[in-house]
Amino acid sequence: MSEHHHKETFVTKYIFSQDHKMISKQFLVTGIFMGVIALFMSMLFRLQLAWPEKSFTIIEAFLGNHQTDGIMNPDIYLALVTIHGTIMVFFVLTAGLSGTFSNLLIPLQLGARDMASGFLNMISYWLFFLSSVIMVISLFVEAGPASAGWTIYPPLSALPQAIPGSGAGMTLWLVSMAIFIASSLIGALNYIVTVLNLRTKGMKMTRMPLTIWAFFVTAMIGVVSFPVLLSAALLLIFDRSFGTSFYLSDIFISGEVLHYQGGSPVLFEHLFWFLGHPEVYIVLLPALGITSEIISTNARKPIFGYRAMVMSIIAIAFLSTIVWGHHMFISGMNPFLGSVFTFTTLLIAIPSAVKAFNYVTTLWKGNLQLNPAMLFSIGLVSTFVTGGLTGLVLGDSALDINIHDTYFVVAHFHLVMGVSAIFGMYAGIYHWFPKMYGRLMNKTLGYWHFWITIVCAYGVFWPMHFIGLAGLPRRYYTNTNFPMFDDIADINVVITLFAIVGGIAQILFLANFFISIYRGEKSSQNPWNSNTLEWTTPVEHIHGNWPGKLPEVHRWPYDYSKRVDPNDDDSEYLHGKDFVPQTIPLLEGEEPS
Amino acid sequence: MLALFYIFIGVAIGVSFWQITRILNLRESVANDNDNAKQGKYALLFMAFLYAMMIYCLIAMNVLMLPESASIEGEHDDNLFNITFWLIGVVQFGMQFLIFYFTFKYRGNKNNKAKFYADSHKLEAIWTITPAVVLVVLIGYGLWQWNNVMDLSDEKDAIVIEVYSQQFRWDARYAGKDNMLGYGNVNFIKGINTMGVDMSDKNSQDDKQVTELYLPKGRKIHFKFRSQDVLHSAYMPHFRAQMNCVPGMVTEFGFTPKYTTEEMRQQSEVVDKTREINKIRKEKGEDPYEFDYLLLCNKICGASHYNMQMKITVVEQEEYDKWIAEQPTLSTVITQ
Repeated sequence: MSEHHHKETFVTKYIFSQDHKMISKQFLVTGIFMGVIALFMSMLFRLQLAWPEKSFTIIEAFLGNHQTDGIMNPDIYLALVTIHGTIMVFFVLTAGLSGTFSNLLIPLQLGARDMASGFLNMISYWLFFLSSVIMVISLFVEAGPASAGWTIYPPLSALPQAIPGSGAGMTLWLVSMAIFIASSLIGALNYIVTVLNLRTKGMKMTRMPLTIWAFFVTAMIGVVSFPVLLSAALLLIFDRSFGTSFYLSDIFISGEVLHYQGGSPVLFEHLFWFLGHPEVYIVLLPALGITSEIISTNARKPIFGYRAMVMSIIAIAFLSTIVWGHHMFISGMNPFLGSVFTFTTLLIAIPSAVKAFNYVTTLWKGNLQLNPAMLFSIGLVSTFVTGGLTGLVLGDSALDINIHDTYFVVAHFHLVMGVSAIFGMYAGIYHWFPKMYGRLMNKTLGYWHFWITIVCAYGVFWPMHFIGLAGLPRRYYTNTNFPMFDDIADINVVITLFAIVGGIAQILFLANFFISIYRGEKSSQNPWNSNTLEWTTPVEHIHGNWPGKLPEVHRWPYDYSKRVDPNDDDSEYLHGKDFVPQTIPLLEGEEPS
Repeated sequence: MLALFYIFIGVAIGVSFWQITRILNLRESVANDNDNAKQGKYALLFMAFLYAMMIYCLIAMNVLMLPESASIEGEHDDNLFNITFWLIGVVQFGMQFLIFYFTFKYRGNKNNKAKFYADSHKLEAIWTITPAVVLVVLIGYGLWQWNNVMDLSDEKDAIVIEVYSQQFRWDARYAGKDNMLGYGNVNFIKGINTMGVDMSDKNSQDDKQVTELYLPKGRKIHFKFRSQDVLHSAYMPHFRAQMNCVPGMVTEFGFTPKYTTEEMRQQSEVVDKTREINKIRKEKGEDPYEFDYLLLCNKICGASHYNMQMKITVVEQEEYDKWIAEQPTLSTVITQ
């Protein structure tokens, strides 16, 4: 195969690379860049919410003609929350998370030389890059970027008369998202094909690490639901630009009746949430997969209930495609549909509970190596439980009536999918950084980063539940027009303080990440004493991942602390150490776990 | 507060730089027993913080909560909410304890060995079946209540009111003596006919357009919602009521007011909340606040979304009759 080792130029190695490891790093760095933008936006609008009448130099400096004397305008406030949501959900937690870790780990943990199609993989990244560029450009449109909320419900998103952001800003948003969806689909198909076809000898489906199960199922949800969002976006483009009436009907605005007849915004809501809800799991499942792997490795224990974990992933994935209506209980759709969606939605609590309990049981009687990655994984379990539980309130249609679109919802989804998924992403970065860059990230900075972040995450989102229960609607530029909300002004200040400190603390991570690439401690081949295949590759990246033959798999990935007599905790470790990599054959008389 | 804010930022940035400079000196990057011991203790400390905050918020923010439901239908919402809230509260406190206590208790040490414990069907069965059983109860009660609230089919005695939304105001139309709303469509909007009522429809003649809602206590109100431009959402938090207003279609919701505005002002939770609010308003030199029911927009609808409200006043039947009689019918207001 020596003819494949042609000379690499700078361009083929670092830019138009077809190597999954490089593509994964490209996804990660782009995701981090977008994440910084979105995080910064959230800090700006938190300033507005805490001190609505106060002038800030930073707002004057960044918001240009969208502010007056250091106070942001209502339009740009809505634009900031819209773009914050869009970037976080899609660019950071979908592309940044799945793109990075599916690309890195699917070939490495399955024992494959690369993705099924390196070329398509490269295209997937560059489409993502292009869509990111367009999204960033849209921020500089004169009338402001898209500002109809990240859910872009028409008619608001369709009519520039209704809000200035629905002009050129919205057009760029739609174009960017259409390209983004293409990127996701190409990536997802590649992941599925690779998992099904390129597993090394002995890597049965039932021996795959839970990370791979999560990425695999996530990719399938993406393939099922992203095309629907694409159609929704296309029809919206038609309504906006070519005068069709898919979503619009009977509208009187700016003193005239528009020509639209017969469309319905409810149709858009159905199409949007048919992706929008599975999207939550597209974001969350990879984070849960990463957590499973990291908790098991660092607890030096097998993940508890491997089969149950796989089945919950599949159950969650299946259910996630039939619950979208719980975002629409009060949209005007038939109440009977609401009943059906309440039923399916609350069912998701069962596999989710199984996962949470299994994580806790994995911690029980472990020998926990509290690396930063492990702490972030434990943090994920904590926020996943906190955020997941309030889902029982929101998923119940009768209760949703009164807290729909209040800050209670904001608190719920930020904890359960925002903070949890970002914790999963951080955990993954700290854990697999040595696999990406051959060096380790600094642990002291990692610890500071974790504790400040989790304290701030709870400081921001726990009180938010209560202002939601006080009836405060989300997406309000200021609450000062409602004396009934005067008593929550102080809480908004506290939330903002936590948000700002938590936001600034991410500098710890950024510095750690970028400095460690060059100056971090050099990693050994298997720094965490892990069982999975990626730690059998050389530290230095090579094309094809393994020099010589591909590894052969003989056991599942979770033989940590396995004993000679599995039922006797006092007996010796089976192989003389507390981990048994997947490549080690079963001993004579050893029972597979 | 702002000074505190700048101090916070200063400290955060200071700590960041101090830590970042230390990175150059530290080389060991995998957790050792010393780290495990320290981080395990921090996990306990964090748990203390989390519990303190959770409990503090539960107690201190109780006064912020909406008062008890002001509609008869909403009583079961409050019930269901309380049941759900206690349930998830118990699970939350228990689970967070396990997570952080285990992190502390089983912190790693060279001399320890982890237990090899890969599976237990019994345990898994327990935590599959228990949530399932609990959910059956929650779903059952929830669906019963949902049908209860959403079923508007059998309400002969209900008062029909149209709530009409546009950027950025609310209007309302009472159905008048015949209790039938005349047909409305944006094509009929002209001059003072701002709600687009078809005046050739005989049901329109006795309709009454108003800018504030008056509702009689104890009568079922059947709301019909229309929107003129974009999506809005009619949110009446005190009545546990909300429905989107969708251009191109009519949506519905109904409830029966339980307390008059005056009665609600005497209610102890409302008295407490009002006192708190007025303390704050006094400090800022603003006029005192008096409780009123409100209808708020709760679906992003444009720049002034944050200021789209309508006052609702609940009164006794006699007072309502007097008020409604004073309102002019559309046929007298709009002459074609």
